[in-house]
Amino acid sequence: MAAPALPSFTERSAAFARACFNGPVNIAISLACIALLVWLVPPLFNWAVVNATWNGTAATCRENGGACWAFIREKFWFSVFGLYPYEERWRPGTMLVILVTLVICSTFRVFWNKWLLIAWVVAAPTMLILMGGGYFGLTPVPTRLWGGITITGIIAVYGLALGYPLAILLALGRRSNLTLVRWFSTVVIECVRGVPLISLLFMAAIMLPLFLPEGITLDRLARVLVAYTIFTAAYMAEVVRGGLQAMPRGQYEAADAVGLSYWQKMRLVILPQALSITIPSQVNTFIGLFKDTTLVIVIGVFDFFTTLRSALGDPNWLGFPTEAYVFAAGVYFVLCFAMSKYSQKLERDFQPAQR
Amino acid sequence: MSTTSPIMPAAKPLIPLPAGTTMRGLLWQAALAAAVIFLGWSIYNNMLTNMAARGLQFGYGFLNRSAGFPIGEGLLNYTPSDTYARALTQGFLNTLRVAVVGIVLATILGVLLGLARLSANPLLRSLTGGYIEIIRNTPLVLQLVFWHSIILQLPSVRQALNPLPGFFLSQRGVKMPALLAEPALYSCLLALLTAAILWVGLARRERARQIETGERKSTLIPGFALLIGLPVLAGFVFGAPTVEFPELTGFNFEGGLSLSPEFFALLIGLVVYTSAFIAEIVRSGIQSVHKGQWEAARALGLAPGRIMRLVILPQALRVIIPPMTSQFLNLTKNSSLAVVIGYPDLVSVANTSINQTGQAVEVISLFMAIYLAISLVTSLLMNMYNRAVALKER
Repeated sequence: MAAPALPSFTERSAAFARACFNGPVNIAISLACIALLVWLVPPLFNWAVVNATWNGTAATCRENGGACWAFIREKFWFSVFGLYPYEERWRPGTMLVILVTLVICSTFRVFWNKWLLIAWVVAAPTMLILMGGGYFGLTPVPTRLWGGITITGIIAVYGLALGYPLAILLALGRRSNLTLVRWFSTVVIECVRGVPLISLLFMAAIMLPLFLPEGITLDRLARVLVAYTIFTAAYMAEVVRGGLQAMPRGQYEAADAVGLSYWQKMRLVILPQALSITIPSQVNTFIGLFKDTTLVIVIGVFDFFTTLRSALGDPNWLGFPTEAYVFAAGVYFVLCFAMSKYSQKLERDFQPAQR
Repeated sequence: MSTTSPIMPAAKPLIPLPAGTTMRGLLWQAALAAAVIFLGWSIYNNMLTNMAARGLQFGYGFLNRSAGFPIGEGLLNYTPSDTYARALTQGFLNTLRVAVVGIVLATILGVLLGLARLSANPLLRSLTGGYIEIIRNTPLVLQLVFWHSIILQLPSVRQALNPLPGFFLSQRGVKMPALLAEPALYSCLLALLTAAILWVGLARRERARQIETGERKSTLIPGFALLIGLPVLAGFVFGAPTVEFPELTGFNFEGGLSLSPEFFALLIGLVVYTSAFIAEIVRSGIQSVHKGQWEAARALGLAPGRIMRLVILPQALRVIIPPMTSQFLNLTKNSSLAVVIGYPDLVSVANTSINQTGQAVEVISLFMAIYLAISLVTSLLMNMYNRAVALKER
């Protein structure tokens, strides 16, 4: 079948207009949509662009009346690094560069091999030492001074890295033949999924210190990571379980027939397939978990959004909350939208050739 | 997923065998049990020691003490001298209130958006698509705080916006007309309920008649007549229910129903956020029905409305309902973010109680148990429903 020539722009516009304006109902709907756009877009455009202030002080902003992007410019680096000591900012900066490079590399399937895994395993402690200091002549910086995008990145990435292996174990446990193991995994998964994340965060922040033996204290950020890891593990476990259930029984039987042990069967036959068919849903779950990193606001950890929000209290820049929220929303949107497009692309790539 | 095949009963010999084959399995399980018991025991011990060191005693006795803090709004008549138990109940009812209203509104908005996403009109389709993507890809906390700040930027009470007669929007939230709770209202509601039951009965009789004779009359007109007629009749007999309009007197409104800025912000935030997810569920549910089903229904000469109602929806609902329930649960769990904007829900009241009593373990375990109970009951009902509607395959 010869591919039809791509329709020109005019042809496409004509088709669009025809689809919008055939029949009275369609015309009414289109007019209502246009009215909505006319009502919303010009005032928003005026606010965000025409009357906006890009440079200057709060006074200039109030004079111009539009959006105060100067405020965002002023607070941008604060929202990246939080209260991290000024002269040491190169450390979280380097950490972010390593993190972003690794994340970007991880999205390309060419790099999906053992070297990527080794890179992550090496990078994970390196980044923490870089941030925390105390070794190699780096001044120690307590975690309560960490903040901004750095913290968002740390919680999301380390939570996933620590939670993922747990998720696989829980998923296998839930499908296990051993009754006690199955019960235990089911109870853990259902209990964690049944309560709001903020109750887990409260538990980590307030209750966990009570559970530890006397004299042992756990850093606040570490406690948040514990809660977030458990949460990630429970949600990812359900995705992985979906993959395990989708495997045809022949795969299990074939692995048994060649005499593989349980762990060999899982490691060599079942998991590689179950994990790869669920990658799109794993990415989708991760988008949700990434958005949930903002919940640390309830226990006073300064992630990107909380840091930006705390900048609203600057007496020199009072009264620009909308700008801060729109900027934060924009950042989260770009990241999450990119991830969701990526997951759709993977879904297409993984789809077995059909028809 | 485990169906035992009648032909090969020995295919899965992994149900507890008495022989030594499960020895390793038994060891694994014993190790797990020992680990869990040891962990639980040491956690309990540490907790008692740590609490004693802080001068606290484990127990739920504090629930009967006077709470001493005010709660901004709620269904109960609560005062600061009431007990912690009553304060937490107030918080729980506030959670339920926002969750129930939120679920109803989010479903309506979500279904409309989902249908708009499938519309033949490309303008409507892309507008809805943009809305859904923006909402789904930004964190809920951010949206809640955003709505709250928008409401706080509204004009003061005296310059309240008045978008509809009887509705006022201001910094202090929303004021709207209220139906007074009096016998006239109850008789009208009762009449409405009776009409609905009669309509269902009528429709059933018609369906039975159709199966018997092949003829069928629409129950639409008598149904609506009942639905409108009976309450009006009740209104004539027992008096019409009074609608109370809010009125500006001095510095505040009097009368009518009032929604606090926090409740309103939380409600808008939850509804907008969840509706975007519901819209996607509805869209994918309807799209999951095979094209052949539409074609077959059209070939039979069914009208478009009936194709949707009799052929497409029953099949789409099977796909739609399970994820929809988990969205309802998500909305309920997400309502705990009320603590960020200061709406006194369960978690927020619990948080204040912890700060005052120090009984963190008790309070947190209490509200976790409540959320867990809600989730478990819902998934239980869900599983029952699923079994009822699941595709009956041979």
